[in-house]
Amino acid sequence: MFEYYLNLFISAVFIENIALAYFLGMCTFLAISKKIKAAAGLGVTVIVVLTITVPINNLIYIYFLKEGALEWAGLPNSNLEFVGLMCYIGIIAAVIQILEMFLDKFIPTLYNALGSFLPLITVNCAILGASLFMVERSYLFVESVVYGFGAGVGWALAILALAGIRERLKYADIPEGLQGLGITFITVGLMCFGFMSFGGIVL
Amino acid sequence: MSKTREVLLNPIFNDNPIALQILGICSALAVTSNLYVTLIMCVALTSVVSLSNLFVSIIRHHIPTNVRMIIQMTIVASLVILVDELLKAYDYESSKTLSVFVGLIITNCIVMGRAEGFAMQNSPWPSFLDGLGNGIGYSLILIIVATIREFFGSGSLFGYEILVLVQNGGWYPGNNFALLPLSSFFIIGVFIWLLRSWKTGQIEEPEYRIARNNLETKEVKPRI
Repeated sequence: MFEYYLNLFISAVFIENIALAYFLGMCTFLAISKKIKAAAGLGVTVIVVLTITVPINNLIYIYFLKEGALEWAGLPNSNLEFVGLMCYIGIIAAVIQILEMFLDKFIPTLYNALGSFLPLITVNCAILGASLFMVERSYLFVESVVYGFGAGVGWALAILALAGIRERLKYADIPEGLQGLGITFITVGLMCFGFMSFGGIVL
Repeated sequence: MSKTREVLLNPIFNDNPIALQILGICSALAVTSNLYVTLIMCVALTSVVSLSNLFVSIIRHHIPTNVRMIIQMTIVASLVILVDELLKAYDYESSKTLSVFVGLIITNCIVMGRAEGFAMQNSPWPSFLDGLGNGIGYSLILIIVATIREFFGSGSLFGYEILVLVQNGGWYPGNNFALLPLSSFFIIGVFIWLLRSWKTGQIEEPEYRIARNNLETKEVKPRI
């Protein structure tokens, strides 16, 4: 059993890396990767938010939205999957807002470190994407916790790697037009090539 | 009049959402292997971004600041569900190809970015035009990327075969690299290069300048 969860975790981090294999969360990925420090802050935030939101959305899906899920309320024929998108994004936005208030009140040091990244996370498609993948693959609750955490770690790993490369790249002599965004696109393309090599691994 | 024009045309080349504002990149990579599907995505995004800008701008004085994200999200999500259902009703095939990515328009940063950055401060009509302009700017890049990828990857445009593939008894061996989503990174990178060689104002200042290590050209002027 433990081995199964470990495999799920490893595949979420490397083989199905949410940034470099599914290209989700690219905007923040490219915009906030100039400095390793900022990238690390954002990476930790994404791990925290994914580990909370994916399991919550999993519960919502299993007990409210799934076909026949409302049986406990006496509605065996219900199928609310079509409002799924609205629910997931609502949950994500609410969790982030609550997290922000909670950190502000109880752990101010962490709030100062992560505060400015939290609103950005709401529109990070990696967060919604992970919830949608969780639904698509019909994970159970524990699996969804592991998957959420793994996807977060994978994303954080990718942004840290990119930030490391970019910190080094600023000493390089790059053609004017490519400076900044252009060369970042090409770097990420090459990183994706690297992560494609995990593609064939079967756990 | 000129201001209206500026609001509409500015995002296309001068302030392009993908090439300069770094918004809405995820979908640009995933849906561009086929020109027809790309066009549908562009129409969907353009309508969502312009309408959401319009509605957010109409109610901008009534939104409390600390829950504004959720309210904007609700407006965007309703529009996206509408687009999704319409697409399922009239073009089921493409809606299946696009699957998750129509849903991901909700988190497409162009939509939220423009709602937050423009519609919250401006009146409805300019906001609508700003949304339209940004949608077109986004579409422009997507269409360019999709044309290159479909033409070199499968030798066709809109599904019509132009270069006959080897598999179909022709002479053109399809470029499998162009079919991989990661090829769009390189295409967009090169596009940004070309755009910035034309509009030199968009070039980012490097943090460090490399000194020339050759004595004759020691007094070289800074480039640009």
